[in-house]
Amino acid sequence: MLKKKMNFKDSINSALAFSLKKDKNMICYGLGINDPKSIFGTTKNLSKKFGQNRVFDVPTSENALTGIAVGAAISGIRTVITHQRLDFSLLSMDQIVNSAAKWRYMFGGKLSVPITIRMILGRGWGQGPTHSQNLAPMFCNIPGLKVFMPTFADDAKRLLIKSIFDPNPVIFLEHRWLHELKDEDFLDKKPDSLSSNIISKGSDLTLISMSYLTLEALKAKKILKKIGINIEVVDLISLKPLNISKILKSIKKTNRVLILDTGFPYGSISSEILSLIYKNLNGKLKTSPISLTMPDIPEPTSFFLTKNLYIDHIKVVKTVLKMFKKSMNLKKLKKPEFHDVPGTWFKGPF
Amino acid sequence: MNSNLNFKLYYKMKLFREVELKIAMEYSSRKMRCPVHLSVGQEAVSAAFSQIVRKNDYAVSSHRPHLHYLGKGGNLKRMISEIYGKKTGCSSGKGGSMHLIDTSVNFMGSSAIVANSIPIGTGLALSLKLKNKINVSYIFFGEGALEQGVFYESVNFAAVKKIPAIFVCENNLYSVYTSLKDRQPEKRKNSKMVEAIGIKSFTCNGNNVFECYKIFNKAKQYVSKEKKPVFLEFFTYRHYEHCGPNKDDNLNYRPKNEINSWLKKDPLKNFTNNFTNAHKQKIKILDKEIQKKIKDAFEYAKKSPKPKLSDLRKDIYA
Ligand SMILES: Cc1ncc(C[n+]2csc(CCOP(=O)(O)OP(=O)(O)O)c2C)c(N)n1
Repeated sequence: MLKKKMNFKDSINSALAFSLKKDKNMICYGLGINDPKSIFGTTKNLSKKFGQNRVFDVPTSENALTGIAVGAAISGIRTVITHQRLDFSLLSMDQIVNSAAKWRYMFGGKLSVPITIRMILGRGWGQGPTHSQNLAPMFCNIPGLKVFMPTFADDAKRLLIKSIFDPNPVIFLEHRWLHELKDEDFLDKKPDSLSSNIISKGSDLTLISMSYLTLEALKAKKILKKIGINIEVVDLISLKPLNISKILKSIKKTNRVLILDTGFPYGSISSEILSLIYKNLNGKLKTSPISLTMPDIPEPTSFFLTKNLYIDHIKVVKTVLKMFKKSMNLKKLKKPEFHDVPGTWFKGPF
Repeated sequence: MNSNLNFKLYYKMKLFREVELKIAMEYSSRKMRCPVHLSVGQEAVSAAFSQIVRKNDYAVSSHRPHLHYLGKGGNLKRMISEIYGKKTGCSSGKGGSMHLIDTSVNFMGSSAIVANSIPIGTGLALSLKLKNKINVSYIFFGEGALEQGVFYESVNFAAVKKIPAIFVCENNLYSVYTSLKDRQPEKRKNSKMVEAIGIKSFTCNGNNVFECYKIFNKAKQYVSKEKKPVFLEFFTYRHYEHCGPNKDDNLNYRPKNEINSWLKKDPLKNFTNNFTNAHKQKIKILDKEIQKKIKDAFEYAKKSPKPKLSDLRKDIYA
């Protein structure tokens, strides 16, 4: 059993508090960091505890603020930036790609850039084309960046601390629908590796997932177990570096693989993993590997248009059944009444 | 107060207020499932704009676009439908409240990303110049956009190229819950700063619709005559939360006395107080017209068909 009963947002908060305490030079900023909503509760009380000099609100200047973090970091001030949506960080691509990711290599290793950029991924309630994108592959494509995407509160805490004390720039992706969740709602035990975790053992299929989709994967596992399909669920956690050996080891055991990806399909995390599987295990699988992603379409706003857009456990179950050429009565599977909210706790609009 | 213009300004302000209040009221039925940023309290700017702008002028806006869209002559029914995610929405349900468009009146779009549409409006101004048009491009944004580099890049370009752009900043003192003091130097005059970049600037009481009208008029004249861009800054205040249908003064991020002093400067109330008893009859008729227009728009939206799932794949490419 997990000891702590902390939800995801409190874990983030606690990781930040721990790090601010441990490194007296560290700073932390982002729009709304100490406003009444404190970035979905993740930065609550931090400026009270550590002072406005270290935890502060900022102008809406994503590009400059990222360069400023690089400048602070190369002179010894670890910096954590938070964007309430990943989409806002796009204004800072120049500083992320041309500065943060380069400042070490480009100068022959003279300096390092210990910054962590937290980005929150939106979903549902009409977040629409510019408030819902998972562009993780874009960041993974950049040499010099690490990209983490935890699912569970416990991982989030350890991984955020690890990111902050990593001497390199880390992109830290948080799914908005995870913030209120507690691990014990989904898990009873958990290994403690910080990359590609096998969070649930099985023998028939390796189900690789990321972030919020891991919860759907676990739900699907439960359902499929009833007809004797035993699924091994691998939560990616670290998108770059990717712990491919652990993934391959699992697939060698199960000989089947399905990948769940919250991003767009072209040049995606799932296609990267698929290509690694082909390169390493070509021909040795019982069924060809499959991935489920978002469609290659900007996310529309309308409730009616997003209806079947997201991957849920029912889609996963259906896909697995196809892979096994099996069937089961799916009528009893309950779809949530509204596909665009994570639960009753979500009162909108963000 | 008897002039036609005053009644027109009243009509627009009242319409804008009532539309936003109706959205706020209906939002709780959880049928408008997208973020909405209301402009209650900020009606004067858009009402004045509506009386100056010409159909062939362009306009673009931000995440808070309802009144700019309506001020430009955008279709009310299609805006409400868009917020309801319906097929008849001005963006076919793809965009929601933050992404409005009505190309029939040259309202060319609004963007949820702060400052995102400023260079786009600048590009529209460039096209007007290249095509030798007498029209102008209105670019609406909040003071938060002044914190983005692209604002300065756009103003600089507009100044260098001498293009007919009217940059319209509605300064409501807050970016979400963050007050100006955390974002911009105290006592800085944005108009002076922008003027130093090289374009003419005016400031205005954004809660006085008549003053707004005069400034928009002045700006239009200036741009037509001088063939140069202008920056306008309107000081105003929102009455509702940054995003959503409620008031959030209980959160205490805005000082009570500040809120109260701005509520006293309510643009609609103050303007309405200027009408004498003799005008009451006319006002009543206008109010009725407004209520009917809004009722029709909401009925239209509610009755409108949902987009089809096949529409999802439409319009990805031209
Ligand atoms: C690039 C970017 N950063 C942050 C946000 C989040 N955000 C949405 S609206 C807003 C407030 C902007 O304030 P202002 O421009 O003054 O407009 P107002 O909301 O006051 O009308 C912010 C920060 C965003 N949409 N885009």
